[in-house]
Amino acid sequence: MSGYNFAFLDEHTKRMIRRAILKAVAIPGYQVPFGSREMPLSYGWGTGGVQVTASVIGPDDVLKVIDQGADDTTNAVSIRQFFRRTTGVRTTTRADEATIIQTRHRVPETPLVEGQILVLQVPIPEPLRWLEPRETETRTMHALEEYGVMHVRLYEDITRHGHVETSYDYPVRVNGRYLMRPSPIPKFDNPKLDRNPALLLFGAGREKRIYAVPPYTPVRSLDFDDYPFTIERWEHACALCGARDAFLDEIVVDDKGGRMFVCSDTDHCERRRSGA
Amino acid sequence: MSERPLLSVRGLTKRYGAHVACLDVGFDLWPGEVLAVVGESGSGKTTLLACLSGRLPVCAGHVEFTLRDGSVVSVLDLSEAERRKLARTDWGIVRQDPRDGLRLGVSAGANVGEPLMALGARHYGQLRAAALDWLDKVEIDGDRVDDLPETFSGGMQQRLQIARNLVTRPRLVLMDEPTGGLDVSVQARLLDLLRGLVADLGLSAIVVTHDLAVARLLSHRLLVMRRGQVVEGGLTDQVLDDPQHPYTQLLVSSVLQP
Repeated sequence: MSGYNFAFLDEHTKRMIRRAILKAVAIPGYQVPFGSREMPLSYGWGTGGVQVTASVIGPDDVLKVIDQGADDTTNAVSIRQFFRRTTGVRTTTRADEATIIQTRHRVPETPLVEGQILVLQVPIPEPLRWLEPRETETRTMHALEEYGVMHVRLYEDITRHGHVETSYDYPVRVNGRYLMRPSPIPKFDNPKLDRNPALLLFGAGREKRIYAVPPYTPVRSLDFDDYPFTIERWEHACALCGARDAFLDEIVVDDKGGRMFVCSDTDHCERRRSGA
Repeated sequence: MSERPLLSVRGLTKRYGAHVACLDVGFDLWPGEVLAVVGESGSGKTTLLACLSGRLPVCAGHVEFTLRDGSVVSVLDLSEAERRKLARTDWGIVRQDPRDGLRLGVSAGANVGEPLMALGARHYGQLRAAALDWLDKVEIDGDRVDDLPETFSGGMQQRLQIARNLVTRPRLVLMDEPTGGLDVSVQARLLDLLRGLVADLGLSAIVVTHDLAVARLLSHRLLVMRRGQVVEGGLTDQVLDDPQHPYTQLLVSSVLQP
């Protein structure tokens, strides 16, 4: 595409973002401020993730874009097309072929490997925001590791529902230090973050923050001693591929109460069905 | 009494420009002692509390606090991290308006449990047991443990705030007008409760109040402040029964007798 730099962003911006990423990698889970740019898509659609991807992508990369687990939804299609046009890189739907995977709301079911980069789109990066509106105060709380209040939320969940009801964006401690929002992935995906061989990068465009979980970094979900962290389980198997160990979406199929459960990760489901 | 005061304040001064909020305030607080600070509105009582707990920067003065292990720290020279740690482990702060000291969006049980969680408690069953135990101590019905403080009456909110502050067994409690804004019968009950808790737990406390009756009931010793200065101090009964300073005499004589 003429008139635009490779991957849309100018080189100075990319360098600035790479510096932020390097700092984020050096301090796992720490939110690094960066000069977020206006992007040709609206806030909430992945402006942070797009800027991170644009800064790390090279001509030899293979890109996969996921939206809610699927490769064929609006957000995934548009961002994939955006990068195909502005970089000319090869794109794929296969998680094992991609070198960079930009994602919203899911971590692929296919285990990631060394050398891959997972870019997660983040709406609100600050895990303490719900109980402390002041940015100066939350920064101090991070600096002094004052994270006890985070358990108040879990306490309330157990008190009201008998178990921890928080099911997505479930707070984690990274490397035994920083409290981090894993972005709105289901807590089903939290264990995949722990000691993952891939580099996990988180970009929040509106909030202008980047953070990272380097390969093989311990990531622990918060819990109580007598209410240990658990992930979602389904009584059903995927109606299409029969998977019992994948994250399932419930889909309403008619107006008579009919519904089916299918894999949210379309790539995983299709490959199981085709036997690949 | 042990040989060292728990808290030792010397020459504490706080100015806002030309206006003096506290001038050369000094006193010792001994373990197990309750000290009342009385004075009219604007005499610097609340500023004094904020200064000696390090929440407000002072212009001059020293504040020394004796830790559990017997060592002495200079409160005003602590780093913010150390000061906040000390505030979590050794101090309780009861605010005049319970809405300032409580987290209104979460249940009463979570409010009492929060200071424990901040200190590292990670067992839901134990946190809940502690919350129920403390609600009982402050005479709140255990059935209300899952209710939001917003649904509590003013007196209950204040008692809940006290429970939240005492659950970590602090050694020093700072109370700013703990009975302000409550009606007289509720005040009496709260004072009775506070007096019992202070005696049972062997707490040291500084109570700021404009109400001489509160001072009389709760405190062993009394400081009278006026325009930022301590004009008179001594044993509570002594000061109230035989006031020496003209201002104290005025204060004592201005109390309405029913």
